[in-house]
Amino acid sequence: MNNIESYRLGKELDSFNYQEVQDCILAILDKGYCAVLDMTDCTYVSSTGLRVLLYSKKVAASKGLNFLLVGVSNEVKDIMEVTGFNNFFESFSTMEECLESIK
Amino acid sequence: MHRIDLFPTHEYQGLKLRAGRPYPFGATVFGNMVNFSVYSRYATDCTLVLFHNREEKPFIEIPFFKEFRLGNVFSMIVFDLDYENIEYGFRMDGPYQPEEGHRFDKSKILLDPYAKLIVGRDVWGQEPNWDSAYQYRARVVLDDFDWEDDQPLETPVNDLIIYEMHVRNFTCGAAAGVKHRGTFAGIIEKIPYLLELGVNCVELMPIHEFDEFENARVSPVDGRQLCNLWGYSNVGFFAPKAAYASSGRFSMQVDELKNLVKRLHANGIEVILDVVFNHTAEGNEQGPYISYRGIDNKTYYMLTPDGHYFNFSGCGNTLNCNNPNVRDMIVESLRYWVTDYHIDGFRFDLAAILGRDQNGNPMSNPPLLESLAHDPILGKTKLIAEAWDAGGLYQVGSFPSWGRWAEWNGKFRDSIRRFLKSDPEVLGDVKERITGSPDLYASQKRGIKASVNFVTAHDGFTLMDLVSYNNKHNEANGEDNRDGEDNNNSWNCGCEGHSNDPDINRLRHQQVKNAISLLMVSQGIPMVLSGDEMGNSQQGNNNAYCQDNEIAWLDWNDLERNADIFRFFKRIIRFRRLHKVLRYEDHLSYSDYHHTGYPDISWHGVKAWEPETGHNNLTAAFMLNGQYVGTGDAADDFIYVAMNMHWEMHGFELPQLPQDMSWHVFANTGMEPPQDISEPDEEPLIENQHEVLVGPRAIIILVGKKRR
Repeated sequence: MNNIESYRLGKELDSFNYQEVQDCILAILDKGYCAVLDMTDCTYVSSTGLRVLLYSKKVAASKGLNFLLVGVSNEVKDIMEVTGFNNFFESFSTMEECLESIK
Repeated sequence: MHRIDLFPTHEYQGLKLRAGRPYPFGATVFGNMVNFSVYSRYATDCTLVLFHNREEKPFIEIPFFKEFRLGNVFSMIVFDLDYENIEYGFRMDGPYQPEEGHRFDKSKILLDPYAKLIVGRDVWGQEPNWDSAYQYRARVVLDDFDWEDDQPLETPVNDLIIYEMHVRNFTCGAAAGVKHRGTFAGIIEKIPYLLELGVNCVELMPIHEFDEFENARVSPVDGRQLCNLWGYSNVGFFAPKAAYASSGRFSMQVDELKNLVKRLHANGIEVILDVVFNHTAEGNEQGPYISYRGIDNKTYYMLTPDGHYFNFSGCGNTLNCNNPNVRDMIVESLRYWVTDYHIDGFRFDLAAILGRDQNGNPMSNPPLLESLAHDPILGKTKLIAEAWDAGGLYQVGSFPSWGRWAEWNGKFRDSIRRFLKSDPEVLGDVKERITGSPDLYASQKRGIKASVNFVTAHDGFTLMDLVSYNNKHNEANGEDNRDGEDNNNSWNCGCEGHSNDPDINRLRHQQVKNAISLLMVSQGIPMVLSGDEMGNSQQGNNNAYCQDNEIAWLDWNDLERNADIFRFFKRIIRFRRLHKVLRYEDHLSYSDYHHTGYPDISWHGVKAWEPETGHNNLTAAFMLNGQYVGTGDAADDFIYVAMNMHWEMHGFELPQLPQDMSWHVFANTGMEPPQDISEPDEEPLIENQHEVLVGPRAIIILVGKKRR
């Protein structure tokens, strides 16, 4: 099983912070670790933010790694559903659930 | 290797710039750069105006330097923009000489004609800031939606069953039972319903950006707010209507609409867009400056010799469709919707205008229509013309097609409606319509696939209103009932509007079933108006373009109220999809050229093989021979349809089938449910194989097949 590392998002993911978030997730994947994005505090993901998520997922897949989401709020879930981005991700309510599933 | 042309050459108030690429027009992102490009033949100067999102004042206005111009195109690259937080517009300088066709005004901030994302009307009905100098604001968009393996479906035209719908009306009603009412996402929630109904194509009434507040007013009759609900008034030809997206408040309408198309495709449902290239929302001389008027009035609009707007659209102006540059814009818009949104087809509103020259005269080979017919990217895209305009040009049957264009067959609508109300003068015409209108399309070898058949469409009565009202009742529109079509060929079945008389209501249901039966057994592409399958009524309003309320919204309680109608629709749609013999591509021959013992199609009267036998020209029957769509197991059944629009019952003698086959009854609109229609492929055998009795104003559909 691969190692896992998580990254905890702040309140928003948009064009103001996407670069930093993207870099951090890629750094985890570059180590050969699966990445878990903890979105518990996040209530808004912009169009750019959605692209960070999907890009991360695709990079992870190209390395044979997982990229998982945890604690997606209802607001963000809504945005992801209506734009179809939800279809690309495995998502868990809590970190424990997430870790349990990939044991 | 790194490119060597990605470095700025200019700096203006802290922003780094270089000369842009003239093509493509609009705003295009690459790397950390945005390329802005705009065409104007007559402008003398142009400025790029940049705003931070939703701010009233621009943070910078950048002139297009001389070296940023090529020909009549202004283009510039701006480096390091946070393009998610930028709104842009243009100021154009040039002559203000209306009599010469020029209306340049550099005090106006103008929308990019190629804007792909427009904000300003993001949440439906939310009052905008009318004082804002820039109302409809362009944003830059990334075109990187992940379609996976989706592509336009390329369903054969003759297999389509089109469902004409309005994004908002479809799910806005309280009983719709969706989370995202009145939006693209709401339609996704209703995909299971569309599958249950059985349609395989949705035709969306305009979804290009428009302003629902255009001509907003209060109804003098009932005090309700009226608005531009239908959206036949374009603000932009490249941008989706923001307020149709539940995520429009976050400016994610592009992704939401693409997701809708992707989900529909995944369920085998095509998407046709109703596009309005005949005019724009800028209206006549008194209208606002939104874009085209200020960018290049003389290019974009058809003008009279003294510089006034021609009004072939009935909406104040006419887009100058056969100006080569406007033509290019239209072609690029359509290509964009196909390439970036995977749209399967287009229905062109008042398409006859697209064939007028720059002086308004109809052309025999309009270059725009020819370009579209031969365009490589649109090569398999369905092209459907509303083949008339408000200037009196009516081209049903003669729309220039190059074998590619289909038409809304207005004559089908008119003939079938008249037949339904027992007009004795129309049977000959009805026979043409049922067989794919060979009188209109055979001589040009356009085939049956040229004919989009419909009994009802958004313009005019709903099907339930067609059988419930003799006259339109548009008073609530606030135009003294002057608006809307007067010639409806409708019949109220004995009482104007709502009735408690069970006989009247039974007859109305029967007439609705007659109408959908005729539509589904006719050759051509059937189009169903959304809501007709549940008996939707607009209370006699035949022009509900401004009624953003329960008049135009579907009432999903009707599904239960009119359960027999819904059931009938589902089954007859499935019947059509099961029977290839109802879906020919080319016209029938009336002969037995395969020597099967029966012609491909034959007409009958109350006596078999004698079409001239009947009553008052109100009875007729036809038989389709399934052996003409395949041999052996691929052969279809025989289908026999007896139509009695007379007010008395008549016996129809049945044609004799091949020895091992017998007649089974699929539908009899004269019967009470559940006997009115059976499950397709489970039709019961009829006892009397020699004659059927067809009740007053009823249709019987039989299937001739081998006995089980």
